[in-house]
Amino acid sequence: MIEARGLTKRYGGTVAVDELSFRVRPGSVTGFLGPNGSGKSTTLRMLMGLDRPDAGHATIGGRPYAELRWPLREVGALLEARTFHPGRSARGHLAALAAGGDIDPSRVDVVLETVGLASVAGRRAGSFSLGMAQRLGIAAALLGDPAVLLLDEPVNGLDPEGVRWIRELMRSLAAEGRTVLLSSHLISEMALTADHLLVIGRGRLLADTSVAELTASGRSLEEAFFALTGDAAAYQAGGAR
Amino acid sequence: MTTTAYAPALTGHYGFRAAARMEWIKLRTLRSTSWALLLTVVGMIAMGVVTMANTKAPHGASKVASFDPTNNVLAGVALGQLIVGVLGVLVVTGEYASGTIRATLAAVPDRRLALTAKAAVFGGLALLVGESVTFVAFLAGRAALAADVPHPSLGDPDVLRAVLMSGAYLAMVGLMGIAIGAITRHTASAIGVFVGITYVLPALLAGTTGTAVAKFFPTMIAGNSLAVTVPVDGMLSPWAGFVVLCLFTAALLGTGGRLLVRRDA
Repeated sequence: MIEARGLTKRYGGTVAVDELSFRVRPGSVTGFLGPNGSGKSTTLRMLMGLDRPDAGHATIGGRPYAELRWPLREVGALLEARTFHPGRSARGHLAALAAGGDIDPSRVDVVLETVGLASVAGRRAGSFSLGMAQRLGIAAALLGDPAVLLLDEPVNGLDPEGVRWIRELMRSLAAEGRTVLLSSHLISEMALTADHLLVIGRGRLLADTSVAELTASGRSLEEAFFALTGDAAAYQAGGAR
Repeated sequence: MTTTAYAPALTGHYGFRAAARMEWIKLRTLRSTSWALLLTVVGMIAMGVVTMANTKAPHGASKVASFDPTNNVLAGVALGQLIVGVLGVLVVTGEYASGTIRATLAAVPDRRLALTAKAAVFGGLALLVGESVTFVAFLAGRAALAADVPHPSLGDPDVLRAVLMSGAYLAMVGLMGIAIGAITRHTASAIGVFVGITYVLPALLAGTTGTAVAKFFPTMIAGNSLAVTVPVDGMLSPWAGFVVLCLFTAALLGTGGRLLVRRDA
């Protein structure tokens, strides 16, 4: 269970996240959907204690992230930007994290196998393509066999086979009773992966509903999304010139 | 939904041991660590040997009184401090540049503990390398002295202290690098600050105000307070210098830790 209550984050005069409250329950995949700049990544960083909220608080399993006993064994996270050193091998990166979480070192090879990086595990991670980097991030998230997964744009850079693999992985993890929160701006992908949706725009919660409810009136998820977000997108292209 | 939540049992709590093991693995899985330390060892020994090979026997009472071959053999500290200090900077700024800092803090959310583990592991390694290299440089340099030059011995007054303190100085410089890295978070600015404190400022101050202020700077302390067996006029005594360095290092690490806790990662 993930819980956010009144989470607020300002950068200078801009409000990135505005009194956001929600719960993410175990056993299903919850999609965190919103346009670019809507505050998804900032919210995930606040859930992990990386960014300090200006107001409100967030808990995972009832505790703030900083008070978790073994964070890497309780929460697996994939952040949007790369979080590994280009000069270190994939195996070295994961071995260091395993040590930090007191995780059995044998898990390193297990997750490398799971994400399909076993054959390049000794290579400098700086030479990885976007898709391989993404797989390494997912390996790091799975390393501690955590009950909670936070994944920011996990399908970024993945090929169609990789996208399908992630989808099935997320669904199977949720089916095991884990809490899975998945952020994306790809509506079609969300429609296929998520059971439940949190839709945000300009840092505010626009909807907290199941995918089925949102599309009940016969609309596509995309139509429903645009109806919800309307002018809440921070960056919009086009318009009259 | 009636799925049972997945909840594996956890015992214990993350702490220094896990954090330090993680930092140790991170350090040894970067090739730059061993290359930089190898360069430190080779460079410092070579500088000690070359300096000693060019050391002439002193003539005249005042020359004899101020003759300090131990100081000469430790000449390589001036090079070693640059490499070890920059390596210390990179231990922190390399994580900011690559984003690894977020993985580190995800594993060890207690930021003071994360910085303490980094400082302990890198400081410990720098101390080990520092002490080893100063001893080997001393022995190798002494062997390179011309036969007519008085040979220093570790048993002579103050020689062992000078060698030990010079090794410890390298560890402290490494810790200063870590602290400055945590303060600026950017490689270029951190190296700039480090070089400013160790080379530029003391040289400027020495040129304008003599030793009055310059004697409190790390490089001046290393060369004129720690690595000496004959006191240098106007400089701090060995132990006073050592204490100033410890306080300076602690103040920098304290500042870095406070900023790390306060800022977003």
